[in-house]
Amino acid sequence: MKKLLTGDEAVARGAWEAGVKYASAYPGTPSTEILENLALYKGDILAEWATNEKVAMEAVIGASMVGARTICSQKHVGLNVAADPMFTFAYTGPLGGMVIVTADEPGQHSSQNEQDNRNYARHAKIPMVEPSTAQESKDMVKVAMEISEEYNTPVLFRMTTRVCHSKGIVECGERTEVGVKPYVKDIKKNIPVPAMSRVQRVQVEARTEKLKVYSENTPLNFAEMNSDEIGVIASGVCFNYAKEVFGDSASYLKLGFTYPMPTGKIKEFCSKVKKVYVIEENDPWIEEQVRLLGFECFGKNLFPFNGEMTPDVIRKSVYGKPCDTIETDGSKVVDRPPTLCAGCPHRGFFYEIGKKKNVVIAGDIGCYALAFTEPYNATDWSNCMGSSTGTGHGAQQVFNMLEGDAKKRVVAVHGDSTFFHTAMNGLVNIAYNRSNTITVILDNRITGMTGHQENPVSGYTLQGLETPEIEIAGVVKAMGFKNVMQVDPNDLTAMKYAIDWALANEAEPSVIITRWPCVLKKFSAQDKAEFPEAFKSKSVIDQDKCIGCKSCIKTGCPALSYDAAAKKVSIIRDQCVGCGVCIQTCPPKIQAISKETK
Amino acid sequence: MTKSIMLVGVGGQGTILAAKLLTVALMDAGYDVKMSEIHGMSQRGGSVSSQVRYGKEVHSPVIEEGGADILVAFEKMEAMRWLNYLNPKGKVVVNNWEIKSMPIVTGKVDYPAGIIEELGAKVPTTSIDAAKLATELGNSKVMNVILLGATVKSMGLDTLDWERIIKENVKPALAELNIKALKLGMAQV
Ligand SMILES: Cc1ncc(C[n+]2csc(CCOP(=O)(O)OP(=O)(O)O)c2C)c(N)n1
Repeated sequence: MKKLLTGDEAVARGAWEAGVKYASAYPGTPSTEILENLALYKGDILAEWATNEKVAMEAVIGASMVGARTICSQKHVGLNVAADPMFTFAYTGPLGGMVIVTADEPGQHSSQNEQDNRNYARHAKIPMVEPSTAQESKDMVKVAMEISEEYNTPVLFRMTTRVCHSKGIVECGERTEVGVKPYVKDIKKNIPVPAMSRVQRVQVEARTEKLKVYSENTPLNFAEMNSDEIGVIASGVCFNYAKEVFGDSASYLKLGFTYPMPTGKIKEFCSKVKKVYVIEENDPWIEEQVRLLGFECFGKNLFPFNGEMTPDVIRKSVYGKPCDTIETDGSKVVDRPPTLCAGCPHRGFFYEIGKKKNVVIAGDIGCYALAFTEPYNATDWSNCMGSSTGTGHGAQQVFNMLEGDAKKRVVAVHGDSTFFHTAMNGLVNIAYNRSNTITVILDNRITGMTGHQENPVSGYTLQGLETPEIEIAGVVKAMGFKNVMQVDPNDLTAMKYAIDWALANEAEPSVIITRWPCVLKKFSAQDKAEFPEAFKSKSVIDQDKCIGCKSCIKTGCPALSYDAAAKKVSIIRDQCVGCGVCIQTCPPKIQAISKETK
Repeated sequence: MTKSIMLVGVGGQGTILAAKLLTVALMDAGYDVKMSEIHGMSQRGGSVSSQVRYGKEVHSPVIEEGGADILVAFEKMEAMRWLNYLNPKGKVVVNNWEIKSMPIVTGKVDYPAGIIEELGAKVPTTSIDAAKLATELGNSKVMNVILLGATVKSMGLDTLDWERIIKENVKPALAELNIKALKLGMAQV
């Protein structure tokens, strides 16, 4: 049966066909849809959102150790979070096959860095496969499961944005039930205390030697000889890009199993062609191997070290120019930066905090990451998920050593999903070390940025089952915070009051929790009871009263639009969801904006 | 020969559904097809693109600069943004429709004037009032399928079995409306 699938959908299909029983992940572009699609195989696979990637990896390790085939997936930076359990599981190894998907982001379409996770394979000493197409994404899961069980190792499954999010035609198969292997307690295998892990360490080295032989023999690594002039070595989507540019005029060594590398095949290929191009995204991972084997090649000395190696990039590097294009001067294009949606509950907070002086904002990763820019210009820095509380605390401790204007208050800002991910660890640190850092948790009841995944506050699991909310305020109080205030962020007076209240307390830490659902959230029964009025009205501007002062425009709401000729602001009705924030920004003497109930 | 169709617009305009119908129809007609899209920021009003490539055997899932046979812009300014992806011998289908981006909303800059004229001066351009046509059909949301209709006509794909494809891929209650929208779009070219 043929289906049109994205690489992510194909991985899920492959896992289902390979008899996977349990899967866990934390969302992250471009990997999110893998678990979302695994969840569709209800009854055969139990798929769960974990609170972070480390927990997901650990859950999957546990499931694998007791005999089930398992898979976890994450974006590239997610693997940093999950690296600790991965490195030691590389020693103890699975019982049921275990595949670890890393979805890398060459070109950084929606990520904070461009790390090349192929490096993890060598670092953790685990084998790695790299699919190029949706078909391979499906097929290689099965192969990876077999490798995992035969060689007693988790397998790294490296994808990139274009493999994850490109659709292709996939020939699908049926599910093979492999059951759950009987669990038998085996402390020599599963407990890595030094006395035992020193033995395991040696076994890992022996395993790598065996995998080198596998790498030479597997059909995942193959040569396609067309020419003895040009030879291209590539893996992943770069193989398809190279074929687009060179067609049959070059020979190819296509690598699908890239750790350990098939050194014999590489040597043989390089000695058959005059010129070798190594085409790969990010680091010179294959290139360094080619050079170690004593061959000259064109790699990062010709191709860019960053970004995607799309056909135009290859063409520019090899031939000096891309295909012919149409000349434009760019004067008719204005930037279209992503914005907080109309009705986004993060807006009220950023609108109010933007007015405060001598405040430094430690940001985090979520929809609120967009608030560093116009019109809020709020956030000072961000780093990785959950970092706001850690970086905020450290900065506050140093500011507290200073005097006068140099002394500032730090406000650490993150969302609900990020709170449970890792920001709560930083909060414990604030409570324990007693800095006066202010923490603001923007609770929009869902994991918004990555496309609305359920989480511990949303009321549902990935399986669609209702689950009680884990209340952030309760968790924070249990940590020992005395000053905890919950507010409706769409009420600007309350929002301002909360900020002033926290700033006024210079001796102790405070926590503000804003609580209002994301417009795109599927409401739980609790949401319906708690927010009965949400999104049931529209705001309208009386054009006769509007004086064009643009106060409301400062909220950065995309439903508002300023007509320079008429000097009036209007509201795009289709977009407005009636949060009412703009109403409160209209000068009291004007009051041109009002609420219209549907 | 592999053909390349580039659909561009603003998050929420339905480029993804249009691209989906296109790929399903092409697979159904026996082509090898690849489709690629970047949608990480799509829900937040960013610029989006869906790229469809079809032929006997398609290698790259992405269209390279200068590689598209047709550029279909669901929003005017997006046509200009992505124009360098069009083959100079290619053509443009553009929706005569403006969506202001944040610098325009805040009044910092004006929405650029004369886009359709500039496009027309460079390449064969079909401008369509898809919003008006969609409203006339009774549902502003079918703007995307009207544009899809114009696209398939421009690419000579209007003979594929569209009625069945639409019936199989959209909600039954909306199938008739979408078929009408597609035909209306075809008639614009
Ligand atoms: C380690 C890591 N995992 C996952 C991601 C992807 N990611 C970016 S933002 C985000 C969700 C943030 O959700 P929340 O804190 O609830 O804020 P919201 O987007 O809803 O405002 C995720 C999962 C990431 N950048 N880093």
